[in-house]
Amino acid sequence: MTKQLSYKDVNVGDGVTPLVKEPTTRQLVVWAGAVGDYTPIHYDKDFARSRGLSGVIVQGQLVGAFLGQMLTDWLGEKGELKKLSCSYKGMNYPGEALTCKGEVTKKYDKDGEHFIECKIWAENPKGEKTASGRAVVTLPAGG
Amino acid sequence: MSEALAGIEKLKSMVGVGWEPREYPIEREMVRRFIRAVGDTNPKWRDGMIAPPTFVLAIGFEQFVDDLLAMVSFKSVLMAGTELECYQPIKTGDVITAVFEVSGLREREGEMGRMAFLTFESTCKNQKHELVARCRQMVIGY
Repeated sequence: MTKQLSYKDVNVGDGVTPLVKEPTTRQLVVWAGAVGDYTPIHYDKDFARSRGLSGVIVQGQLVGAFLGQMLTDWLGEKGELKKLSCSYKGMNYPGEALTCKGEVTKKYDKDGEHFIECKIWAENPKGEKTASGRAVVTLPAGG
Repeated sequence: MSEALAGIEKLKSMVGVGWEPREYPIEREMVRRFIRAVGDTNPKWRDGMIAPPTFVLAIGFEQFVDDLLAMVSFKSVLMAGTELECYQPIKTGDVITAVFEVSGLREREGEMGRMAFLTFESTCKNQKHELVARCRQMVIGY
C-alpha cells in the first residue's frame, strides 16, 4: 500500500501520477456490457467506417472512467473525487496506448474540507490530447 | 439541406422535461463487472461492495439510449463530453432511482447529414432519497 497523499504535500503545478492504458477491442466489448452501451461504432468495424470513422473507437465514457481511475489511484484511500468533467475531442483506437495525465491548478479549504482542482487529459501515442477536462477532489489535511 | 431526422420534433418538445424515474438495485456483480471493464484494481472497490465514482455512468444509460433511438432515427451516437458530480459513494445494496432529462438540443448540418447535439442529465438518488450523483453528458446523434 502506498503512502496516503495529503493536502499539505500537494502544490499547484504538481502532476497527477499518470495512468497508461492499452484498451483492446475485447475491453471495449466488456465495457459495452458493463454500462449497456451497444453503439456499434465500438465493436463493428464496417459500421464504424460507414459512419465516417477509420475503425472502431474507444468509448468516450471509458476514457472518462480511465481519467477517474487515474484520479482515485492518486488520491488513495482517504481522498475523494467530487467532480470530473471531460470533453472528447479526438478518437482513441483499440490497440493504441492511451495515457491519462493531470496537473494541480488550485488548492483551497472550504467548509472544513481540503480541495484540490486539477486539469486532466488523455493523450494518444502521438501526444495529441484526445480528451480534456477538469476535476475537483478532496484530500486529508496531513500532519 | 439533408432530410430532417425523423422524430426530432418529438424530442424537442421534451427538452427540460424529466423522464419517468427508474429504479436500479445495485448488485455486487454489476460493480465487479464495471471495475473489470475499466481494469481498475483499486483496493477500495476490489470486493465489489462500494462502487468507484464513475460507476454512475452504468446507471440507466442503456435504457436512455434505447428510448432515444426508439424516438429519433439516429444511425449512431458519438459521446462528446461527460460531467460528473459525486456526492456520496454508491454501494452494493443501494437502490438508485435515476431521472433522465434532455436539457439541451440543437441541430446542425454536417458531413454525414443532419446532426443533433444533445445534452442529457441524470440525477441519482438512493433508497433514503439522498442525492448520490449527477451526470451530464453531451452526445452527437447523426
